[in-house]
Amino acid sequence: MQVNYWNKAIETIDRQALRDMQLRQLRHTIDQAVKTHFYQRRLGKVGIQSGNDVGSLDDLQKIPFTTKDDLRQNFPRGLLAVDPEQVVRMHSSSGTTGIPTVIYLTQEDLDQWTELVARSVVATGCTKQDVFQNMMSYGLFTGGLGLHYGAEKVGMMVIPIGGGNTQRQVQVMRDFKTTAVHITPSYLLHIHSRLEEFKVTPKDLFLRKAFLGAEPYSENTRCKLQDLYGIDAYNSYGLSEMNGPGVAFECVYKQDMHIWEDMYLVEIIDPATGTPLPDGEKGELVLTILRRDAMPLLRYRTRDLAFLHQDPCPCGRTHRRLSRILGRTDDMLIINGVNVFPSQIEEVIMGVPDVGTNYMIRLDKHESLDRLTIQVEIYSKMFTGDASEIDALKNRIKERLKASITINPQVEIHEPGSLPVFEGKARRVIDNREKL
Amino acid sequence: MAKQLTVFLENRPGRIKSVSDILLENNLNIWAFSIQDRGEFGLMKVIVDKPKQAHLALVEKGFACAIKEVFAICAKDKPGNLEKLTTLLLQNEVNIADAYGFVSPNDRQGMCFLEIKNPQKVDIARVMATAGFEILDDEKLYEL
Repeated sequence: MQVNYWNKAIETIDRQALRDMQLRQLRHTIDQAVKTHFYQRRLGKVGIQSGNDVGSLDDLQKIPFTTKDDLRQNFPRGLLAVDPEQVVRMHSSSGTTGIPTVIYLTQEDLDQWTELVARSVVATGCTKQDVFQNMMSYGLFTGGLGLHYGAEKVGMMVIPIGGGNTQRQVQVMRDFKTTAVHITPSYLLHIHSRLEEFKVTPKDLFLRKAFLGAEPYSENTRCKLQDLYGIDAYNSYGLSEMNGPGVAFECVYKQDMHIWEDMYLVEIIDPATGTPLPDGEKGELVLTILRRDAMPLLRYRTRDLAFLHQDPCPCGRTHRRLSRILGRTDDMLIINGVNVFPSQIEEVIMGVPDVGTNYMIRLDKHESLDRLTIQVEIYSKMFTGDASEIDALKNRIKERLKASITINPQVEIHEPGSLPVFEGKARRVIDNREKL
Repeated sequence: MAKQLTVFLENRPGRIKSVSDILLENNLNIWAFSIQDRGEFGLMKVIVDKPKQAHLALVEKGFACAIKEVFAICAKDKPGNLEKLTTLLLQNEVNIADAYGFVSPNDRQGMCFLEIKNPQKVDIARVMATAGFEILDDEKLYEL
């Protein structure tokens, strides 16, 4: 199989040389981190005043974990480690209680991120001859812009179309002979289900590769997509706190994702105790970003469950591989690639006086896409007997949810007392989608 | 005016029965009813002999139930009466929100329960009376 590299020296670096590089970068990162009050205090408590206090990579274990809560508590600029005028970009994800998490990048930080994405797309075999249609949404979400710059750097022609409008996506794929797409697996399945309607078959397209990401899916789904379109589909992993896409990517061998270890210190821990686990064991992924001056994050708990392995890859890359994401340690839901916490939905429902406080969240597949249904109970005292008022109520809940979680849900109104009542821990989410 | 109960029901088997069960338990008599299908739910509209008692019984059992005043219009059963009624409403620019009607076969009497938008805008009772329709008052409806 043809193996291409973007940066062969780094991608195939000797493990010992990689560790030396990681230690240098960790020291640099700590020097950056202590410029923030947050890390100055936190690292001071464990006797680390500067990067010089870190003797070896083993000292990483002394450093306390950083969590999403820490990011929220330091909103908006508490973790910024450079002069604000050095910042050239911010990205943000929606928060669980209305406080978003923000990341900042200097031009150099952006270049580092772009380098990882360039490596990643070249690892899948893409070259500057490829035409790349980026179907992830642009904007505050990192999925769109992240891949965009990396693909441009490689010299691919980038079509920055963003998500949605299926008919136009297919038209553009035909007109510009798109060879590679970045897309959620559910949307790629959905497009296939509508091709016939546009009188197009996969053979009329020029598609060769798909970068899949932003939501969990099974190996079966990947195989199905490859068969339906006659393409190669590659798994990818990223999260906005760690820049976004490009943290880990599959190479042409498609046997799990190489995680770029010159950029990230990677640990798998037992989520209950925080103890590091050896390669091969499933646990929570913890990442330390080594090249981001604007906003260093040390031992960040991703809440994603996965395992690592170090078996040599036929592609020659020495960076360890990360399994597909096997679950979450919290209750976050991923709906058509958008991260949603049930607490965000609850907050909206509690703000609507016409419905009771009991509710359920249901997830189904509808034409390959995720469909979110919120079930609420009508509140007897507010019921006027007017059907149009119930329609208006449904629309009001829909609009508020759309504003809060950016997803358009179905809303079902039920009789008072008809939804399950929980005495212990409430299990309000019913997920009927494919299990991994 | 007639007091119509509107009951919110989920659209699944047995829900209408659950309402009629409660009415029976309380020995309440149904004079008319209609069902409005709205997808995952429906509205059951019922006219009973003792509306306040029925409302209380349903609310006690946890139903979302509202009482609304509607016109109970009475006319001889003969061709053209609905046409006459709707012409009258149109002439007075009255929009019908909801209506259901039936004929009592034995005494050849037509009945229509009518809910209109903005009932205060027009003196419906007077308009109906001039055209020969009778609007049943509370005495006639509930104190038989």
